[in-house]
Amino acid sequence: MSNYDKSMALTGQPPKSLSLNQKFATVLGMIGMGILLLAAFNVSFPNKTLWLTISLLAISLGTIWFSWDTYSNKLPGIKNDGVWFKSISSRGLWGWMAGLALTGFYIILYFYPEYLGQVNGGENKGVIALFDPLSKLLSGNPASQWFVYGTLYTVAILIFGVKFLWKYRHNRYERLRTFSVMFFQLAFAFIIPEVMARLNGHKILNGGSLPYYDLKSVWPLNYYNFEGYRIKGFLSSGDIGFALLIFGILSIFVITPILTYKYGKRWYCSWVCGCGGLAETAGDAFRQLSDKSLNAWKIERWVVHSVVVFVTLMTTAVVYSYLGTDTSKYWLTKSTFLIGVTVLLTLVFGWVMLFKRDQLQKDAQYGAIGYFVIIMALIGFHFFSDGGHVFLFKSETLRKTYSFLIGSIFSGVIGTGFYPIFGSRVWCRFGCPMAAILGFQQRLFSRFRITTNGGQCISCGNCSTYCEMGIDVRAYAQKGENIVRASCVGCGICSAVCPRGVLKLENGPLEGRIDSNQVLLGNDVDLMSLVNQK
Amino acid sequence: MEHIVIIGNGIAGVTAARHIRKLSDKKITIISSETQYFFSRTALMYVYMGHMKFEHTQPYENHFWKKNRIDLIQGFVTQINTGNKSVLLENSHAIPYDKLIIATGSKPNKFGWPGQNLDGVQGLYSKQDLDLLEKNAPNNKVCQRAVIVGGGLIGIELAEMLRTRNIPVTFLVRESSFWNGVLPGGESQMINEHILEHHIDLRLNATLKEIIPDENGRVKSVVLEETGEEIPCNLVGLTAGVSPNIEFLKDSGIELGRGVKVNRFLETNIQDVYAIGDCAEQHEAIGNRRPVEAVWYTGRMMGETLAQTICGNKMEYNPGHWFNSAKFLDIEYQTYGWVFPEKKKKENEVHFHWRHPHEKKCITIAFDQDSKQLLGINTFGIRLRHQVIDQWLNDKRDIDFVVAHLADANFDPEFYRTYESHIISKFNTDFGKSIKLKKKSLKRIFQLG
Repeated sequence: MSNYDKSMALTGQPPKSLSLNQKFATVLGMIGMGILLLAAFNVSFPNKTLWLTISLLAISLGTIWFSWDTYSNKLPGIKNDGVWFKSISSRGLWGWMAGLALTGFYIILYFYPEYLGQVNGGENKGVIALFDPLSKLLSGNPASQWFVYGTLYTVAILIFGVKFLWKYRHNRYERLRTFSVMFFQLAFAFIIPEVMARLNGHKILNGGSLPYYDLKSVWPLNYYNFEGYRIKGFLSSGDIGFALLIFGILSIFVITPILTYKYGKRWYCSWVCGCGGLAETAGDAFRQLSDKSLNAWKIERWVVHSVVVFVTLMTTAVVYSYLGTDTSKYWLTKSTFLIGVTVLLTLVFGWVMLFKRDQLQKDAQYGAIGYFVIIMALIGFHFFSDGGHVFLFKSETLRKTYSFLIGSIFSGVIGTGFYPIFGSRVWCRFGCPMAAILGFQQRLFSRFRITTNGGQCISCGNCSTYCEMGIDVRAYAQKGENIVRASCVGCGICSAVCPRGVLKLENGPLEGRIDSNQVLLGNDVDLMSLVNQK
Repeated sequence: MEHIVIIGNGIAGVTAARHIRKLSDKKITIISSETQYFFSRTALMYVYMGHMKFEHTQPYENHFWKKNRIDLIQGFVTQINTGNKSVLLENSHAIPYDKLIIATGSKPNKFGWPGQNLDGVQGLYSKQDLDLLEKNAPNNKVCQRAVIVGGGLIGIELAEMLRTRNIPVTFLVRESSFWNGVLPGGESQMINEHILEHHIDLRLNATLKEIIPDENGRVKSVVLEETGEEIPCNLVGLTAGVSPNIEFLKDSGIELGRGVKVNRFLETNIQDVYAIGDCAEQHEAIGNRRPVEAVWYTGRMMGETLAQTICGNKMEYNPGHWFNSAKFLDIEYQTYGWVFPEKKKKENEVHFHWRHPHEKKCITIAFDQDSKQLLGINTFGIRLRHQVIDQWLNDKRDIDFVVAHLADANFDPEFYRTYESHIISKFNTDFGKSIKLKKKSLKRIFQLG
């Protein structure tokens, strides 16, 4: 609107201006970043431990100081003042600059780690060398680009987690959820795998080496979990290795379905997952940028489900390629594996078609198409494969393509790099196969729903605006209908920002979950039953 | 094809249009001078506060209207000719109708204060008011102090809005405590405290005497009636209620009172002309409701009801139990049934009131002295489940049942602290009872058994 001030200045009018404290805090954080940048340009720091500590402390304290100044002197409550006036959170100049910087960082990280100082088979240089002391402390090995990334990622979740805890200090659901993602990132994604690496070669692993394993990262998010080198690693590492392999399989086929049935996919996506953890903490300032249009929803469903098909095919092909054909050596052979996959998919598909057909409507056709693509491909594997070739492609080609397109470009460069442009959950919404599988179950077979509170909705739109998954929450709430959507990660922000207490995330009986109970839009019940007739 | 013309694209008119479309194939035209597309009026405040952009307040995407064959005309209706069944727009264009729905909403009250039409004096109701506010009070350099006149829902919202831009606000409330014509004393007192907590200069028992202009005809200051104090300011917000926006109907032959007079079928005295929403006035009030109900929910209900009538299923406007909600700065408020303030309370209405010792949370339950039947519940800072309370009111539950089952009615987010045990022990003390709290039951809540 013409008369709204769209100034790009960081220091503007309230509510978008920075206080003196915030300016100092920004400078402090920038100093920390500056040290990393200097290291990246091969400025050699004499005492790496000291300078790394200074750098990470400066970044952390700067961020925490900034948030303390933002929230500590305000009463508890919703803190969205000026979100759409600030350049950084409304796709202004600062937003674009941050997006470009992050994207650039991801491109270097994935494809040009040598610019960060990665040296294969030699001493690290640059910023990676700066992290050597910390890496050696944890795992005993020198740092890699992934260690640097993992450290910064964890620091981001922790410090922006603190910010989020302050921002939502009146909301216990948000606080507990944030403590949870901070814990899982720090312990499961960062410390445990590093410490586990110390065991490699130890006699309790029979001298074997475990692959790097973030236990909370479940296939298919962890798309490489069942690749040959990892299976070798697991199987060479005694009982512990075998247990981890079994855990990996149970994670997706047993643990995940049970928890998703009881609590919806939120138990994973907004309480445990690392991608979700970053989106909910560092990405929180960008949640309102997600696209809420009907078109975006259509694209989302095609893209995310195609990724599921892709990852299923790719993993099947990869596992198929390293299995043998001789049953006397090992019970699981190429053909038993293919038959197993086919039976499992047929069971799932058959169950949906028999029992849940009415809830899918015409989407069922698309589901059927996806299913048949996979089944035909599986049959194709069997007839057209030889040696390293599966179907028309080499399994290695499929794996590399997936790893490049989905694992790197989608989840990293676009998914995180574009936070300030497309919002914080682009990857989770459009790309994550794990989210798609959990969402499929959440939509069809879970106790979770967001209950709409009778007729209290005033269609204000706060819920839809702040939904990071781009769900038009209001469209349901204003009809008095419960929200049961595959993509909902259960972050709870719609419920938090609702000024009228309309929305509640809860687990309840399956019966009557999707069709809201006789809605009380306010007129007498006879009228409402009439209006609600479908 | 029958042509339905609706004047006004607020919640009442748009709900009517949507439901007529669901039920029929009639030609539908909505005329509005305010905006091209429907938006949520209650959300305008969030645009000024930067929580949302204006387009976020629009519940339907722009392509929705064409897809549903609802024609939108942006124009101002100056006249209705019920003889030849047409409405006349400002540009002299006449639009014929078969059935006409008047849903023109409200306008802010002005009570003849000297200076009430000066530059810098405004209400807060329409999109135009929002744009004007952005001009009058873009920041605390241009607007060094604002004075708000009228202690109701819009007044406190305007105060909250201005405070987000660090504009000092003086809030003139005629009553001895905020909104105590609606809220019982304890609740009203808690909101007083919360207003002060937000550094708003709350003046109770204060009425406006006049608004003083500067040499350019802009507001310079206001003078108070009681003390004669002059408060310098650059913005005066007039938020002393709203009244039906029906000026243009004066010579139409349609019966008017405060609003457009309608019967229970929402019909006016003229055949094929109906009125719904804020601008409609019932001949006789329904239950404890007011004849003119300027509330979002009632606008929506009237729209739903009238759509039935127009599509051949003649139906009375028959609102269920009263409910409403609001947010006072950081405190959410919900009300179900009737809880009257002390000065309007009937003698058989007894209140039970509990307030948290230090947080801004409280609850008031009204019940009948003799039958002990539940009359209504107000909560502040605690969310209630509409469906459960509505059921209790239908079932005419008594106060003991209500207090014992409060956990079923709680609608706060998961893991929130609950206060039912404190509430119940206060109740037992107040009324000499020994009621025990029943555990929350999903089975009762979802009515499975």
